Amino acid sequence: MGSRASSLLREEDIEEIKKETGFSHSQITRLYSRFHSLDKGENGALSREDFQRIPELAINPLGDRIINAFFPEGEDQVNFRGFMKTLARFRPVEDNEKNKGPPSGEPLNSRMNKLLFAFRLYDLDRDDKISRDELLQVLRMMVGVNISDEQLGSIADRTIQEADTNGDMCISFTEFTKVLEKVDVEQKMSIRFLH
Amino acid sequence: MMEDFWASFFPVLMIWFKCLVLLIMLPAMFGISLGITETYMKILIKTLEWATHRIQRASRAEEILKHSSSNGGLIQRDDSSLEQEIEELRRNRPKAAEQGDFTLSDVLYFTRKGIESIVEDDVTQRFTSEELVSWNLLTRTNNNFQYVSVRLTILWGVGVILRYCILLPLRVTLAGIGISWLVIGTTLVGFLPNCRVKGWLSELVHLMCYRICARSLSATIHYHKKQNRPKKGGICVANHTSPIDVVILANDGCYAMVGQVHGGLMGVIQRAMERSCPHIWFERAEMRDRHLVTQRLRDHVNDKTKLPILIFPEGTCVNNTSVMMFKKGSFEIGGTIYPLAIKYDPQFGDAFWNSSKYNMVSYLLRMMTSWAIVCNVWYMPPMTQEEGENAVQFANRVKSAIAQQGGLVDLAWDGALKRGRVKDSFKEQQQKMYSHMVVGDDSSD
Repeated sequence: MGSRASSLLREEDIEEIKKETGFSHSQITRLYSRFHSLDKGENGALSREDFQRIPELAINPLGDRIINAFFPEGEDQVNFRGFMKTLARFRPVEDNEKNKGPPSGEPLNSRMNKLLFAFRLYDLDRDDKISRDELLQVLRMMVGVNISDEQLGSIADRTIQEADTNGDMCISFTEFTKVLEKVDVEQKMSIRFLH
Repeated sequence: MMEDFWASFFPVLMIWFKCLVLLIMLPAMFGISLGITETYMKILIKTLEWATHRIQRASRAEEILKHSSSNGGLIQRDDSSLEQEIEELRRNRPKAAEQGDFTLSDVLYFTRKGIESIVEDDVTQRFTSEELVSWNLLTRTNNNFQYVSVRLTILWGVGVILRYCILLPLRVTLAGIGISWLVIGTTLVGFLPNCRVKGWLSELVHLMCYRICARSLSATIHYHKKQNRPKKGGICVANHTSPIDVVILANDGCYAMVGQVHGGLMGVIQRAMERSCPHIWFERAEMRDRHLVTQRLRDHVNDKTKLPILIFPEGTCVNNTSVMMFKKGSFEIGGTIYPLAIKYDPQFGDAFWNSSKYNMVSYLLRMMTSWAIVCNVWYMPPMTQEEGENAVQFANRVKSAIAQQGGLVDLAWDGALKRGRVKDSFKEQQQKMYSHMVVGDDSSD
């Protein structure tokens, strides 16, 4: 009795992904079904168009940036491992007792990694700084045409002023973390997986 | 040698044929049941229950229980609005309302919503077959179920032989007979001059043929609330899951079909049906002219001698777990709307036609190699457009009623998203809502 989607995923792979991401066996198989159903080309990898086909994501103002986060630098295909590694950042933090995390130490869904995900949504050129332009770009994506350039500019300026502590007119990751220190990132950037 | 073979084979064929006619066709034509299908269904249900029991015992029972209790959902989503969530995110910051209220943490809301929709969204799952809670011994629905026991495998094997070697030829023969009789019968009736007898005969022919076709799918249909059956001059709307919907509904009443003119076998059937009673077939080019379409439908509806028309306002097949947006066209014609809700039981056979994956022939083959098609049809009380209600609101009202009756999810998303992209206006709506949170309402300045 062959099964369709899960036969393409071997037990060894599931074990490895389990160790790396902390998802449970059943979560991995169900997410694999989801991956498979999004993969219209059936080539074992997702392209940006595959993500765009999800209507709720296509109408999300930050949809493109979120999709971008799945793709490694310069590539336009993401395989299941990559898909799971990105999703793993959104696992709730309490589940960490069971999982020791990847060998390098920091679990994928730690508070720092969640903040890093959010930081990278702004920091498109990956220079570890959010410049005024990068901030404006994200703002423009979220508000559309409803706010004027000047007003948006002053909002950006104010935000940088408040966050910037070393005077370089950019927001570094440390400054970003400081601004969000009172925000319950663990809860806001976590998805409650059932079973 | 060949003659010997043929000589011995021929009587067998004749006997089989006679059995077919006596036991299945004739009762079907007159709407009587000999109880064969009922017995088959009872045995089938018992077997599937046993199989479910074995699977649950053998594999991790807790997982399956959790699976079924959460209705198959993978994640738990909040129902809170954009405003609520962003307020919460900003709670720890003093409000500086002069130059606009924005915080770096605002992105977290959109990020989480986006990731949630990647893991599980309301729309894309409607265009693939519904996932079963427990395996029903068909290979095609075997998604996550692994090898369990020898007995189950044997049962599955027996099922394959039964379905492919016995049921399939039987069903194909019946379908062939049904369709041929439809074409011949309607053509014959078409020779009569227009009179009441013609109408009566036409209905009889249609009913008989659809009943034979329903037998060819081993369809067990339960009709509810028959007192609300559609009357002439009305418009019937129903949720759409597959082309078989037409056979299901036409088993219990006669409708005027609406659709595009096809070539090939479908075209032959369409032209034959047209001869015995009026249906509405549109050329492809005509369908783009909405006025023309509405006018023709209106003319038909206003003629009280014509059969009620059957329309599927979703415009496309969805997988029978939800009802998607109803196109307003059918609701602008005027006249009484008779809503019909159709719900298939996926345990016995998946009726959804995934037209991007299967063409019509492979789809019909899949139907004929399932265990059976079991469905419920509810005739709902007629609805008319109310004062001050426009067509879209009326359409939504009917859609909600159908969804509720059939136990389906009521979605506002357009079924056309199966193939097309979502409109930008939805994104613009979200951007507008968010902008309000940043600069506040203009009036409050």
